[in-house]
Amino acid sequence: MAPRAQPIIGTSGVAAGVFVVAAVLLSFVGLGLRAEVGRGLGPAEWAAIRFTVVQAALSALLSVVVAIPLARALARRRFPGRGVLITLLGAPFILPVIVAVLGLLAVFGRTGWLNTGLGAVGLPTLSIYGLHGVVLAHVFFNLPLATRLLLQGWQSIPAERFRLAAQLNLPPRMIFRTLEWPLLKQVVPGAAALVFVICLTSFAVALTLGGGPRATTIELAIYQAFRFDFDLARASLLSLIQLGLAGGAALVALWVIPNFPLSAGLDRGLRRWDARGGWQAWGDAVVIALGSAFLLLPLFAILLAGLQGLPLMPAVVWKTAGNSLWVALLSICVLLVIALPMAGWISTRRRGSAEAIGLVGLSASPLMIGTGWFILINPIADPVPLALPVTALINALMALPFALRILVPPMRDVLATYDRLSRSLGLQGWAAWRWLVLPRLRAQIGFAAGLTGALSVGDLGVIALFADPDRATLPLQMYRLMGAYRTEAAAGAALLLLAMALSLFWLCDKGGRWHAEA
Amino acid sequence: MLRLEGVEIAQGGFLLRADFEVVRGRRTAVIGPSGAGKSTLLGAIGGFTPLREGRLLCDGRDITDVAPGHRPIAMLFQDNNLFPHLSIAQNAGLGIRPDLKLGAEERARVAQALSRVGLEGLDARKPGALSGGQQSRAALARVLVQDRPVILLDEPFAALGPALRQDMLDLVQELATETEATLLMVTHDPADVRRIADDVIFVEGGRAAAPQPAQALLENPPPALRAYLG
Repeated sequence: MAPRAQPIIGTSGVAAGVFVVAAVLLSFVGLGLRAEVGRGLGPAEWAAIRFTVVQAALSALLSVVVAIPLARALARRRFPGRGVLITLLGAPFILPVIVAVLGLLAVFGRTGWLNTGLGAVGLPTLSIYGLHGVVLAHVFFNLPLATRLLLQGWQSIPAERFRLAAQLNLPPRMIFRTLEWPLLKQVVPGAAALVFVICLTSFAVALTLGGGPRATTIELAIYQAFRFDFDLARASLLSLIQLGLAGGAALVALWVIPNFPLSAGLDRGLRRWDARGGWQAWGDAVVIALGSAFLLLPLFAILLAGLQGLPLMPAVVWKTAGNSLWVALLSICVLLVIALPMAGWISTRRRGSAEAIGLVGLSASPLMIGTGWFILINPIADPVPLALPVTALINALMALPFALRILVPPMRDVLATYDRLSRSLGLQGWAAWRWLVLPRLRAQIGFAAGLTGALSVGDLGVIALFADPDRATLPLQMYRLMGAYRTEAAAGAALLLLAMALSLFWLCDKGGRWHAEA
Repeated sequence: MLRLEGVEIAQGGFLLRADFEVVRGRRTAVIGPSGAGKSTLLGAIGGFTPLREGRLLCDGRDITDVAPGHRPIAMLFQDNNLFPHLSIAQNAGLGIRPDLKLGAEERARVAQALSRVGLEGLDARKPGALSGGQQSRAALARVLVQDRPVILLDEPFAALGPALRQDMLDLVQELATETEATLLMVTHDPADVRRIADDVIFVEGGRAAAPQPAQALLENPPPALRAYLG
């Protein structure tokens, strides 16, 4: 009996997987050391749990409800700029949260465009802070994601079905019943679950737009317990609650969550014969115009305010920008060192089994891991100098699930196609990486690196726990400027941060495709 | 020189038995109906399909459990014989060292092999920039530098037109003669057999028969082979 053939790559992936699990488990040890479970949950903790769940549920509901008409309109209309708009729907993925918040403030804030307009016609103004501000920001981020998911579903309806519907001259109601409703039943629960899970661990939005006893997420409560009261026991307890809630929800949602529509191809136009009627066309036009305005106006506002604010930025902004760049580059390196071997390992395995490890990063929240590590590091060394490396490492862990989603499918293809040839030549281990996998996957590696860089450079999370005035990242510095009511300078920093995130993504993504051949 | 001792290859519900020896330096065609197990037989010899029973020996050495790349065998498959992102010099170079750390002498060998198969001056091209025939030549250049005592061809030229395929078979024949290699090739075409094969292995009904002299077999085929040849 011959032994089962060894795959040409994949042995180092086990080590990478163990590292990821250990990094997360280690933080549990720290939390377990300090959490006083016996103390029980006070009213503040219950309020945080309630708010976290309520805002996540509302955000998921609203995102999906608005995404349905938007995706439908985009699926059946062809117009100039459609491709650009759909590409822009992918932008919130790499848009720093704090930048978007500033943009939303410019439009919906107390002195923003909307309230100025309302005030001019004598209507009462709206406040963006509290529950509806948090939900608004979450919808801003997740509406595009939900729209892309639904659009992907819409485009999976075969063109022949629409042809058949046109042939039978089905009225809109019947098209909805026969084609669209079955699709929505399939896609909507997954999209809503995904948005819900993402919003459960929201920190930066709650930090900037929430706060106070009535609008504090668990993640924010961890930060406050840690930062303001230095109550590690309470922070640990909250972290464990967060783990149970978000981790549990992530596990449950794992079955319904669809694949992230990270890849391109959604701008493919499908010829449609239905919905030519006047009111439907006008309805779609209004939906698309409103949706685009909601997504684009805040970005436009940042651009406008940022250009004015650039000269007003204090010098420290440039220093923190340097820190952020360093963190992002380190984060990309860490991610590649972890994700590539893991993807190699997963690709040589049967579907599904090992991917779950990548999701550990999603279910464990950044502040939770940060708190756990702080507790472990604190007695041994001063955690403050470690703020930036720790941030880079945690950013990499957060980007890991996305990177695996990007890397594993093409790696499976490459291994399936060239496995026999490689084995007949004795091409394995490092040589197989060097001459087969890395060159074949350059485009995807660049994409994953770009995504990680953009996520990391814009992340306002664990850095807020560890940092002191000398070691801020650009998002944190921006938050400090906002807190000091230096809005113009903050807008300048926001523009700088946006430019950094976009260029990091663009450079990596283009670099991966540069001179790439079939 | 290549000995299959009581070999049984099981794949799903499919079972193939083989027990014979291939003589050194002979060119052997493997023929038989579709799905009879020709590719399976070559895959087992190449090390891609595990044996359920029996042993595989080459020059008396047991290679049953040896990894494909460490067998004294060079193999070409039906497709994907070249890495599309590497130049053909690199593709051929992989046949000498899988890590492509080639010295000057080894690079010279690659260049020599490429010119031997008629690809002089095309070293830096990638497979995509070559015609189908040239791609086959590049793969043969790699077989040449691999310089293994056994060459297995699993219909690598099936996608080529008839004239081009004959050119390739002639080239294979020459290369096998030059390197004194033992050649086993899967084919569907009796004309191919007549053209280059000394012996024939007929695969049918779950059994790979021992090699028979090609000429005699084709002139006087047993009933099963007669039915296959039509």
